[in-house]
Amino acid sequence: MTELNKLTIAAARDALKAGDVTSVELTRACLTEIDAADALGAFVHKTPDLALEQAAAADTRIKAGDAPDMCGIPLGIKDLFCTKGVNSQAASAILNGFRPEYESTVSQNLLDAGAVMLGKLNMDEFAMGSSNETSVYGNAVNPWKVDGRNLTPGGSSGGSASAVAADLCLAATGTDTGGSIRQPAAFTGITGIKPTYGRCSRWGIVAFASSLDQAGPMTKDVRDAAIMLEAMCGHDPKDSTSADLPVPNFEAMLTGDIKGKVIGIPREYRMDGMPAEIEKLWSDGSAMLKDAGAEIRDISLPHTKYALPAYYVIAPAEASSNLARYDGVKYGHRAKLAAGDGINDMYEKTRAEGFGDEVQRRVMVGTYVLSAGFYDAYYNRARRVRNLIKRDFETVFAEGVDAILTPATPSAAFGLGEMADADPVKMYLNDVFTVTVNLAGLPGISVPAGLDAQGLPLGLQLIGRPWEEGDLLNFAQVLEDRAGFVAKPAKWW
Amino acid sequence: MSIDIETARKVAHLARIRVEEDRLPALAQEFNDILGFIEQLNEVDVEGIEPMTSVTPMRLKRRADVVTDGDQQEKILKNAPDAREGFFAVPKVVE
Repeated sequence: MTELNKLTIAAARDALKAGDVTSVELTRACLTEIDAADALGAFVHKTPDLALEQAAAADTRIKAGDAPDMCGIPLGIKDLFCTKGVNSQAASAILNGFRPEYESTVSQNLLDAGAVMLGKLNMDEFAMGSSNETSVYGNAVNPWKVDGRNLTPGGSSGGSASAVAADLCLAATGTDTGGSIRQPAAFTGITGIKPTYGRCSRWGIVAFASSLDQAGPMTKDVRDAAIMLEAMCGHDPKDSTSADLPVPNFEAMLTGDIKGKVIGIPREYRMDGMPAEIEKLWSDGSAMLKDAGAEIRDISLPHTKYALPAYYVIAPAEASSNLARYDGVKYGHRAKLAAGDGINDMYEKTRAEGFGDEVQRRVMVGTYVLSAGFYDAYYNRARRVRNLIKRDFETVFAEGVDAILTPATPSAAFGLGEMADADPVKMYLNDVFTVTVNLAGLPGISVPAGLDAQGLPLGLQLIGRPWEEGDLLNFAQVLEDRAGFVAKPAKWW
Repeated sequence: MSIDIETARKVAHLARIRVEEDRLPALAQEFNDILGFIEQLNEVDVEGIEPMTSVTPMRLKRRADVVTDGDQQEKILKNAPDAREGFFAVPKVVE
């Protein structure tokens, strides 16, 4: 078997169970690739010793029989997940050196299933960004390249996307608050699913906007997303918003049969100035689903336009509250104080030094919209609009729509540094197709579906009914089969 | 709604982030750009619509109000930038 790091989870699982390969061999193959891929900036804390220890334990478990599907599978973990004894910094200077004494529930679920952690992955600071350029570790780089330019892998789960697309690991965890799994997946030609709000426990994941944050897998294909998602999900008493619902066998739901199902095409997602190739990708995707027996229906989600502005009230408001805990007292960075500095000087200097520009901007915007006199005008109004956005979806689902097809992003990956001088709002527009899904708490998946004229991957997004990730993954599988996306980036790193 | 330098200074203080005086005008401008974008929400008729409190219609779980963990002082202090004698240490708070 050649190049073990290039295997999918499903293929590796089968090979492990057949005894054709060991987890230690798989893990070593990935560790070798990781060490040769520093130019991608994907892995920011490598844990080779821990990985090999976990791999050896997985091999013992597999030999004993009846090991779970994820047993022995080497993964990368986004830096946002707290991992016991391993640096977990949310790519921020303010958490410099932070090594949790506990393990996040999602990463613990994966470890309990026998998965192997190769190390921690780059991301935007506190998951605030769409290009992985706000990280204290420096940029993560997209393995796809055009004209020798370094491109963004997207954000905030940029390191996860880059690592999976470059075959440094078999799959990775991501988190998605406004599109942070789906946009980077689309930019790098991989699959990423954000499950229904409440499917995955948020416990031990550094909080950004608690009513929007969800973890999910970033994988090489849809089947892998089904396998890994199942291992990540489940009720957790430590997160009161985690759903006490049975987790189905998602993989078993990949039947490929979508006959008679209804796919909605929302007219409001057809934006002015949408590039022709995105438009074509979208209509091709709809033709593929139609060809597989689905009914295609034009639908309206009238409040779509207000999703981004509502998000940019709600997410910063929640962030300003969540990030209040970084005060230089309990963990991470504390500023050097001058003689006579009091506790407020300590807070203010610590937070000025520890938070990057985008995080500071969002914390302050959040502080403003929550401040006396503006709470109703901004925060409450945004939460009302959020209800309307959710209702838009409820209405079309009640009318019989099973899933909704949209582009994943308004463009292919852009160059690192290209947006440096742009107004922050321009960067926010990256999330225009994904953010509605977080506001409504729905599951959404990005599937690679084609290449643009420059040869860069483009993704389509499918949005599902709440708790019906199984059906959603099945639609995605049909799209994947028909799109036949097999392109890989040429290795330059 | 336009944010002036005075408001920017006040917000920075409320957020406990030190912003140097010469940075305040640019910060006020950034706030104005973002708030200008947010103002679109004023076009929406929200009459009679409740602010969302929970995205999924679920009742939060309850449990008995009892101590479920504790006795881990060492672990809690492990990552503190300054911990002394079993406490977090901070600059003098009371004169």
